[in-house]
Amino acid sequence: MSHDIILKVDNISVKYGVIEAVRNISFDLRKGEILSLIGSNGAGKTTTLKAISSLLPLASGQILLRNERIDTLQPHEIVKRRLSQAPEGRGIFLNLSVEENLDLGAWTVKDTSTYDRDLEHAFELFPRLKERRKQSAGTLSGGEQQMLTIARSLMAHPEILLLDEPSLGLAPQIIEAIFNIIEKINKEGTTVLLVEQNALQALQISHRGIVLETGNIVLQGDAKDLLKSDEIRKAYLGE
Amino acid sequence: MTEFIQHLINGLSIGSIYALIALGYTMVFGVLKLINFAHGDIYMLGAFYGYFISRFFSLGENPSLFSLLLALTLTMATCAFTGYLIETFAYKPLRKAPRINALITSVGISLFLEFTGQLVFGSDPKFFPQIFAISGEWAIGDLKFNPLQITVFIISLTLMAILQFVIFKTRLGRAMRAVSFNHDLASLMGIPTNRIISFTFMLGSALAGAGGVLVGLVYPKIEPLMGVMPGLKAFVAAVLGGIGNVTGAVVGALSLGLAEEFVVGYLAPSFRDALAFTILILVLLFKPTGLFGTKTTEKV
Ligand SMILES: Nc1ncnc2c1ncn2[C@@H]1O[C@H](COP(=O)(O)OP(=O)(O)OP(=O)(O)O)[C@@H](O)[C@H]1O
Ligand SMILES: [Mg+2]
Repeated sequence: MSHDIILKVDNISVKYGVIEAVRNISFDLRKGEILSLIGSNGAGKTTTLKAISSLLPLASGQILLRNERIDTLQPHEIVKRRLSQAPEGRGIFLNLSVEENLDLGAWTVKDTSTYDRDLEHAFELFPRLKERRKQSAGTLSGGEQQMLTIARSLMAHPEILLLDEPSLGLAPQIIEAIFNIIEKINKEGTTVLLVEQNALQALQISHRGIVLETGNIVLQGDAKDLLKSDEIRKAYLGE
Repeated sequence: MTEFIQHLINGLSIGSIYALIALGYTMVFGVLKLINFAHGDIYMLGAFYGYFISRFFSLGENPSLFSLLLALTLTMATCAFTGYLIETFAYKPLRKAPRINALITSVGISLFLEFTGQLVFGSDPKFFPQIFAISGEWAIGDLKFNPLQITVFIISLTLMAILQFVIFKTRLGRAMRAVSFNHDLASLMGIPTNRIISFTFMLGSALAGAGGVLVGLVYPKIEPLMGVMPGLKAFVAAVLGGIGNVTGAVVGALSLGLAEEFVVGYLAPSFRDALAFTILILVLLFKPTGLFGTKTTEKV
């Protein structure tokens, strides 16, 4: 892992009307790392990810992707720059089939020759999806929908992947499997920004972590150190 | 029996024209959640574009399938372009505004097209040239078919089949369905949602334009307010089928065409135009989601 900064979040604030959900936060994402963004409900994690993907406008600050300002771009232009997001909670097209969802994940991939291989790869990671490939995504269970969200985000070959609570609502063994998959795709070269409430497991696979509380960064550092820190142990690990 | 079949053919032929218009309503509703009240006027423009194109190429002097297809293609293209302009200049700026703004704008565009139509084309009816003619009548035993009606029906069905293919079998169609499900989510796939919305408008307008030409074949009297009634009826058809649902729009429109024809033929001749609104009220009262509408059906 190098220290090259691939994504720079520079002093951003995001508002919903008058409510400031994220207040002057800054952090860097380094090429090749897994960075965890943890925090309790309503801390501003999803808001931060949406701002990075340009789904929400910034009230102030800027976001740089490989030194290019992206906060003024349209969301689809950011995906074209190989930054993908697997959104929070069942972010799939319920009116499309499993396979159609995966196919849309590959929308920005110009070279169609890898499509079949990518699809096979997705099905290897999540065999359950293969059995249900022709089925409408709306008929999948919550956990399967979550798997589809992740599988679909991989179809774009992202260089940077934002994952919004991938473990939400999943059974423990499946969470385990999902975290293994995240580690694996990171080892294969994808830089990951992982939003989680599941602080322990997230930090265990991460290089670094950031703790967000009511729109402010209250703690950041190496994942190993965070795991040892008292604040984290008290607030998020229930000790 | 002969009379019954005649009504059936009339109903399907007018119903298929309603269907061509209803598809645009339902597709635009799918991607924008907007009832585009100017849509019936695109159908009117289609009839006039077809009229001027036919005159320009003197298609009325050589009626043939080629003339018809030429007028149809050019009209569909010009209507698509008109739809593109309307979307770009009237609706796109309102994307982030409350939905009611776009709705009111669409009423404004509708009035604008109708009155500009009267100004430019004149309010006297014009006669659509006969660009397609089949001599004589087709008959099977006692049954006589009006070949024009059959032609209208076949061409409409072909266009609908092409549309169905685009929506359900192509990547572009998949993107349309994705956008109709959720703009933000679609944009996270890298789909340029604005371009897909423009494309949807163009597709809907092209179909309405085709409807305008086809109606000109069978009922050649065209005038600038001719889009009002069919526009409203197509809207009812789309609601009947479940607005946002492509298959529903076709089924709703054919049902409405048939219902009108049979009610007029067997029950109450003066009830033709009232029937659509009766159906609208009944649908809204008893099944607001329409025949095919559920929360998770294929929407465009
Ligand atoms: N659309 C919205 N309109 C108004 N306020 C919003 C909106 N979305 C989020 N908020 C508020 O912004 C704050 C941050 O929300 P956000 O969704 O970013 O939290 P989060 O950290 O992702 O929480 P969770 O872990 O529950 O997903 C919350 O107080 C929330 O109520
Ligand atoms: Mg969240």
